[in-house]
This record gives sequence, structure tokens and C-alpha cells, in this order.
Amino acid sequence: MSVLSALLRKELRLELRTFESVPGMVLFSVTIFVVFHFGLDRASVEGDLAAGILVVTLLFAGMLGLNRLYVADEEQGGFDGFLLAPVDRTWLFVAKATALFAYLVALEIVMVPAFAFLLLGPGLGQALPELLVVLALVNGGFAIIAALVGAIAVRTRARDLLGPLIALPLLVPVVIAGAELLQPLLREGGGGGLEAKWLAILGLYDLVFGLLSVAVFDPLLED
Amino acid sequence: MTTAIELDGLGRAYGERTALAGVTLSLPAGRTLVVFGPNGAGKSTLLRILATLLRPTTGTARVLGSELPREAWRVRGRIGLLGHDPLLYRELSARENLRYHARLHGVAPARVEALLDAVGLGLRADDPISTYSRGMVQRAAAARAVLHDPELLLLDEPRANLDPAAAEALEPLLAGTPDRPRTRVVTSHDPAGGLAEADVALGLRGGRPVLLAPAAEVTVAQVGALYR
Repeated sequence: MSVLSALLRKELRLELRTFESVPGMVLFSVTIFVVFHFGLDRASVEGDLAAGILVVTLLFAGMLGLNRLYVADEEQGGFDGFLLAPVDRTWLFVAKATALFAYLVALEIVMVPAFAFLLLGPGLGQALPELLVVLALVNGGFAIIAALVGAIAVRTRARDLLGPLIALPLLVPVVIAGAELLQPLLREGGGGGLEAKWLAILGLYDLVFGLLSVAVFDPLLED
Repeated sequence: MTTAIELDGLGRAYGERTALAGVTLSLPAGRTLVVFGPNGAGKSTLLRILATLLRPTTGTARVLGSELPREAWRVRGRIGLLGHDPLLYRELSARENLRYHARLHGVAPARVEALLDAVGLGLRADDPISTYSRGMVQRAAAARAVLHDPELLLLDEPRANLDPAAAEALEPLLAGTPDRPRTRVVTSHDPAGGLAEADVALGLRGGRPVLLAPAAEVTVAQVGALYR
């Protein structure tokens, strides 16, 4: 746990010093909402359209985080410094996924109210507890895939392109399940429970890809 | 005396390009191997293989009793690397960087403070690495490399960017103690200086060993010829 704590502290310190990920993600998501606000020929959205916009915007904003996740490690020798240490390399994956999860939460603290203000018709008050559960599961799935794919992409020349190209298809189940779970919450009078099937799919996705990533991460770091 | 490094036909290729080939040598524990050779001769590749960061594509390597890369996990933490890249995060201070590495290696924080003083960075320890001069970065990197008191120290031109006083100050850290001298592999472009600290000299050219002998039997002119 000491290793995880050291890695996490380092991640958060670097983000607080450079502001390379979260501000960009926030700005991007708000810009997308503004574009939708003016681009859609309607005063507000709700239901499936609102769910789709929210999940896809979260996904695309998250891609900015994915692309920056390992850059400091690759460019400043952080990978080598870590690989020289006598520690389980899986901790790096856990730390990266946890850090990205935290960045996504920070993003959503701004993004969700901005979405409610700029686009969403119905109020979010009633559906807030369920919304938080869904967003946590979406964040989990995204952070797991991003921490895995980011480690592959960062060592290539086309990392900014390769990361999203690999991650987006893998994240399709998260988009589908997330949107399915969100659409009843984003209707007038939404809330009152989540559909168990989609909740199970999203939870299972996080679990399976989490375990899979832990299994394959160490060999990924090998030369 | 135990053998710290044993290489047999060691080589590394990047696709079609051979970066290192046919390196066979044995280095007893506590001795210093100095590797000479022009740029691109394979010195850094050799160091990265010994550091377990690169896999050899030919031959075998046994380091501190463990076969690489199969048993690399056994020797990580017993090796220190001071390469061209300082392996320090630029936005973090020297103290933060060293504390981070100390936690990865299970080293007490007191050692970090002692090393910061030893390398003369005590007063600037909380400044970001990005504000340091190259010599200061090199001193911080040296502190990182010896933080966990490694048995084997791999040094890629360790005195680069250092003024004579700083180089002298680092020497005790890099050499170890008289009762427990470190095994060292040092790359150098300074024939006289390199031979003075070497027990064994290795000359590489085009990735192949062209000189391997006890340092006492090698002349400065022989080393100089590697660069012509």
C-alpha cells in the first residue's frame, strides 16, 4: 500500500503542478455542451438524447486524460525509475486508474452542473443518487481501459491517435450500458431505481477488464 | 571473490540494427568496469541490459547471481542506474523525487535528507527540478541512483555536467565504502580518467568489443584509438 500511496501522491502532485489533464478535460466538455446547445435545434434535451450526449462527452473529454496519463513517465524517465524498483508493477496500473478516476470525478463536478444548466430540460435533483452510481461505474470502466491502453499508446509515435483508436471500441459496452442506465434518470421525474440488467453489465465489465488489465499490465511494461 | 557480472556472447538488436554483439566478460564483486567507445558504440545499451531495462536478444547475462531477464525481479532494487536521463520528474522538487523513489525502494526518509546534504542540494531541495542547472540535476540524479545503497552501480558518463568540486563530492557516494566497495560499470570518454578508476577496461566500437583487458595493462593510446 505504501507503493500505491507513493505513486498516487506523485500523480496528484504532478497534476496539481502542471494542470495538464483536468482543466483541459473540463474546458473541452463545457465547450461540447455549448456547441450542442447552439447546434441542436431545441431548447433542451432529455431522456436518451441527453444520456447519449452526457456519456459521449464524458468519454471524449476523458480521452484527453488518457493521452496525458503516462506522458510525464515516458518523457521524464518515470517508467525506468519505476521499473528499477523492486515492486509489483501492477501498482502502477492501479495508481494510474485511480488517478484517472479522480480526474473524472473532478471533471464531473463541473461537467454535470454545466450539462444541467446548458442542455438538460428536467432537473437532476431526484435522480442524483442513481446518477452518481452510474457515473462511478462508467468512470471505473473508463479509468481501467485508459490506464491499460495509455501504457501501450504512450510508447508509440502516434500515441495521441492510437490511444483513442484502441480505447474507444473497447469502451462501446460502457457507452451503451451507461446511456441505457442514464436515460430514465434524465427524463422528467426521473429516478426511482436503475435497471438491474445494465447495472450488472456495467459492473461486470469493470470487474472483468479490471482483472484482465492486472493480468496483462506487467508484460506490457517489459521491453 | 564472488562474480558480480558474467556475460557470455551478450547482444542486442533493434530490428535489423545490431546495437551490441558478442560481449563476453566476467567482473568480480567490488570492482569497476569502465566501458569506452564513441557515440553509438553500444555503451548505454549494455548498461540498460544490466539494469534489467532491456532484454538481450543474444547471449546470456548473469548479474548479482541472477540470470537476466528471467530472474530480473531478484536483482531490481540491488542495482542503481545513473544514465543520461536523470529519471526525475521535472515539476517535482529534489526532495519529492527522492522521497518518491525512497518509498518505492523501502528506504527511510532520513536517508533522503542525508543524501540531499551530501550532494549539496540541501538549500534547493524544495525547488522543482525544472529550475535546476544541469549540474544540479546530475547531483540529484546521483542521489537517486545511490538512494537504496545498491550493490551494483551503473554509471553512464556520471561526471557529465559536473564541475570538478561537485564530481569530487560525489565520488564517495558512487564508490561505496572501503569495507564495501560497490561493483560499478562506468561509461567514459576520458581515457586517462577512466583508466585511473577502472579495474577492467572494455572498449566497444559499432556494438562489438574490440578491447577487453585489466585496466593496468591498457594504455591511454589504446583507448584513444577507439575514437579514431
